[in-house]
Amino acid sequence: MSRVVLLTLLSYWQRRPFQLFTLVVGLALATALWSGVQAINAEARKSYAQAAEILGGYSVLKDKTNAPIAEATFVKLRRSGWLVSPVIEGLIPADRARVRLLGVDPFTMPQISTAADAISKTGISDFLGANGTILAAPVTAERLTDYANRIQIVEGMVPGTVLVDLSAAKHLLQSTGYTRLTLLPDQPLQRPELADIAPSLDLHAPETAADLSRLTDSFHLNLTAFGLLSFVVGLFIVNGAVGLAFEQRRQTFRTLRTIGVAANRLIVILIAELLLIALLAGVLGILLGYGIAAALLPDVAATLRGLYGASVEGALTLSPTWWLSGFVIAVVGTGLAAATSLFKVAKLSPLATGQPRAWERASATTMRAQFVAALACLAVAGAVWGLGSGLVAGFILLGGLLLGAALLLPTLLSAALNLAQKRASGPVSEWFWADTQHQLPSLSLAMMALLLALSANIGVGTMVGSFRLTFTGYLDQRLASELYVSLEDEADIPAFLAFVEPRVDAVLPIWRTEGDVLGAPAEIFGVVDHPTYRQNWPLLQALPDVWDGLAIGQGALVNEQLARRENLAVGDELPMPGGLKTYVAGIYSDYGNPLGQVILPIAVLTENYVDTDRHDFGLRLADGALDAVRTALVEDFGLPPDNMVDQASLKAFSLSIFERTFAVTGALNILTLGIAGVAILTSLLTLAAMRLPQVAPVWAIGVPRRMLSRIELARALILATLTFVLAVPVGLALAWVLLAVINVEAFGWRLPMQVFPFDIIRLFLLSLLAAGLAALWPARRLSVRPPADLIRVFTHER
Amino acid sequence: MLLAVQNLTKRFDDVTVFADISLSLMAREAVALTGESGSGKSTLLHVIAGLEPADGGDVIVDGQKIEDLNDGGRATLRRDHIGIVFQQFNLIPSLTVAQNLSFQARLSGRTAIETRPLAETLGIAGQLEKYPEQLSGGEQQRVAIGRAVANGPKLVLADEPTGNLDEDTSDLVFDLLLSMARESGAGLLVVTHSQRLAERADRRLHLSHGRLSG
Repeated sequence: MSRVVLLTLLSYWQRRPFQLFTLVVGLALATALWSGVQAINAEARKSYAQAAEILGGYSVLKDKTNAPIAEATFVKLRRSGWLVSPVIEGLIPADRARVRLLGVDPFTMPQISTAADAISKTGISDFLGANGTILAAPVTAERLTDYANRIQIVEGMVPGTVLVDLSAAKHLLQSTGYTRLTLLPDQPLQRPELADIAPSLDLHAPETAADLSRLTDSFHLNLTAFGLLSFVVGLFIVNGAVGLAFEQRRQTFRTLRTIGVAANRLIVILIAELLLIALLAGVLGILLGYGIAAALLPDVAATLRGLYGASVEGALTLSPTWWLSGFVIAVVGTGLAAATSLFKVAKLSPLATGQPRAWERASATTMRAQFVAALACLAVAGAVWGLGSGLVAGFILLGGLLLGAALLLPTLLSAALNLAQKRASGPVSEWFWADTQHQLPSLSLAMMALLLALSANIGVGTMVGSFRLTFTGYLDQRLASELYVSLEDEADIPAFLAFVEPRVDAVLPIWRTEGDVLGAPAEIFGVVDHPTYRQNWPLLQALPDVWDGLAIGQGALVNEQLARRENLAVGDELPMPGGLKTYVAGIYSDYGNPLGQVILPIAVLTENYVDTDRHDFGLRLADGALDAVRTALVEDFGLPPDNMVDQASLKAFSLSIFERTFAVTGALNILTLGIAGVAILTSLLTLAAMRLPQVAPVWAIGVPRRMLSRIELARALILATLTFVLAVPVGLALAWVLLAVINVEAFGWRLPMQVFPFDIIRLFLLSLLAAGLAALWPARRLSVRPPADLIRVFTHER
Repeated sequence: MLLAVQNLTKRFDDVTVFADISLSLMAREAVALTGESGSGKSTLLHVIAGLEPADGGDVIVDGQKIEDLNDGGRATLRRDHIGIVFQQFNLIPSLTVAQNLSFQARLSGRTAIETRPLAETLGIAGQLEKYPEQLSGGEQQRVAIGRAVANGPKLVLADEPTGNLDEDTSDLVFDLLLSMARESGAGLLVVTHSQRLAERADRRLHLSHGRLSG
């Protein structure tokens, strides 16, 4: 019997292929965006894990001040029984971005590691020596054109990292010592204490994927949130399509129930039918998701490289788990979207199932339930705002706000339409508002999808716009020097200073080191006393005489992210690596930097950190002097042109990283808006057929089809406008949450919010265009609909 | 003459529903059109109302030839001069009874529509603020009749107005239709299956195998 019933139910789709198409497309899109984002995240995490485990994930010894470890220290440790292996790490130039170079000693290194496997695959003899082979993954090899003759491609190598012999690394990086010493497992029990034999070193836990993940988690969480948003918007389409299919088949349900099909059996068969559709849509969605992931991955990789220095490359590899999760999400999505319709079928009596009003009453109940759920979501958002903290709480606030607003929309639209109906004067206008109100249960899902997409668009647009404006202003302040120079060798400093000082207004050293500050890696810079800093440095909080203090070697500046992370305020003590103790004299904004940063007086930096990198300088120049100084540095001083970058290029480069960072967000934003457009189109098209019983009498008593079609178009535009009116405050609230909560939690900085009215107006016009285009087809169909179609309404049961 | 149908022919693809039929209707006259199921009674009514085009012949309502009018012109003719009652009532579900009653009249430009006296005549005065789905079938059909006559049409066309009603209610509704059409001075062409009801009309026509006899 079940087979007969299933075939009867499926015959409905045979007669309405477009509706089936709608359902499958909605579900496929929902699955696609979610799966696509998951694929990107999985690929990135795989890269982090590979990068962390290239040397096997062992503990390491590092110099306390991050200075290179002398060969003598290594020898001393080995002789005293410590089983350690030296590693030299650095970056070498390559196409698009620099590549991480790892120099290892194949004889002492841990033999259970990705690196050891790679060396054994290619043969150790070619690997050894200063001119030995460079082992690289195929995608990385393509970028290392300068070393083409030494490259040995190794499948399975970590993308973005190359492996060389220790002596080759010394040569390529011009290194004076080792970066770290890897501690092999199974150390002898009888060995001297580290503090006795190498007091300048300390032990660090193995580097894990979590170290990089911690930095990039917020980025992936952002992507996941967008994927989830698109998934929810897609589910609105599915919910609408399933709801309409159930509504149109209520006569069939009634017949089946009255001829002896039990409610439970009917539900099970309906679930089987939906499962078939979910599996079909799942396959399409997964394929589409793969396409989306492949298209977005280069931008994601650029963002991760630009923001976090994390290398994610290579083609997407799809695991069986990913395929499976795609199907699961399609099935779960269908279940979620169809739950209310199935519930209605289960609850309605056999006779009531066939009564349109019974179904409508169920819809009215749904609207009331939506209103209560909306209040609950907004209450949760409010509670989290007041009491919660952390990134997850931020996303709960975001989700509560969006979902609450979406669920509140039908009630607000209903109230607005009621008001309009009361104020309407003409019969057509009265009918228009009353009929729109009547259609609301069927159209509200599409409008909710539109609200989500518009709010997300306004919110993210405002955030990106605010960020861009602040970031541009910030770059103007921070990049005050007209020319930035990087010396080849620190020994050249005296000659360089002697050469440039007569030609420039000021020479500002940009000297730096790295170290753990308050338990996390941080950049440490030095600053000289110069008006450039006093006039330009963007301080958020500072002691009254901050620059005077720094000029005499007192205090330090910290960036906003370090201050927020460690809850630092001006005047607080600041313990620095190597035992240096100072205090926070000021806090400055430092957008785009995931790391903590400290600025010390330059004398304090050089006295306390011998490993300070002193290659870089900023040069302040008189107007119009840039080209002459640059030419003199190349031709007279002998500096390679690549070692200089002017302010404009640096700003352009920084902005290009910024733009690529938000390219992914922009693409997902547009896709979400596109899905909302599809939601409106499919709802209107499906509704167009169902609405004939309402439209035909109006036509029969004297309203021409052309006017009816114009009314249909106006209805879509008015509903889109009303939805937009709610989307604006929701979107701005979303922007505020992104800027003041999510950004602070994810990146450690807070941005001032700016509103861009022209962007909002443009989006309004775009949403009208989307709604208008979506309504145009059904409206046009109505205007040219053969009278015979309309007449059928008068001769058949509705 | 209020309505003149001359040599009217209608086909659906290769099937001829009726061919070369003629009829006429005077003001205040009530004509019942009977025939078997599928004989084309409703189609004839739809063609006369300008809801469906004819394949030959002429329909002239109050001196206006329907074939000469475009979709907008036909809509205006229906709106201003024709009242239609359908078997399925076809009320507008989103409007109240009062709004349904006055809808067509207001559509044709009349502003002061007194729905209460009309509703009292129809026996639905207590239902004015209700919505169609809150009424019984008989009540809904009374609203449909009220809507059709509220505008003072010259011609009322009724397609099986009692087809969905029980016998007692059918009698009530049919009598109401006859009396209201006569009171308003309109000509009435009513399609019905029921010979009993048809006998109450001034004249009877029978459509069978595409031919009209009377």
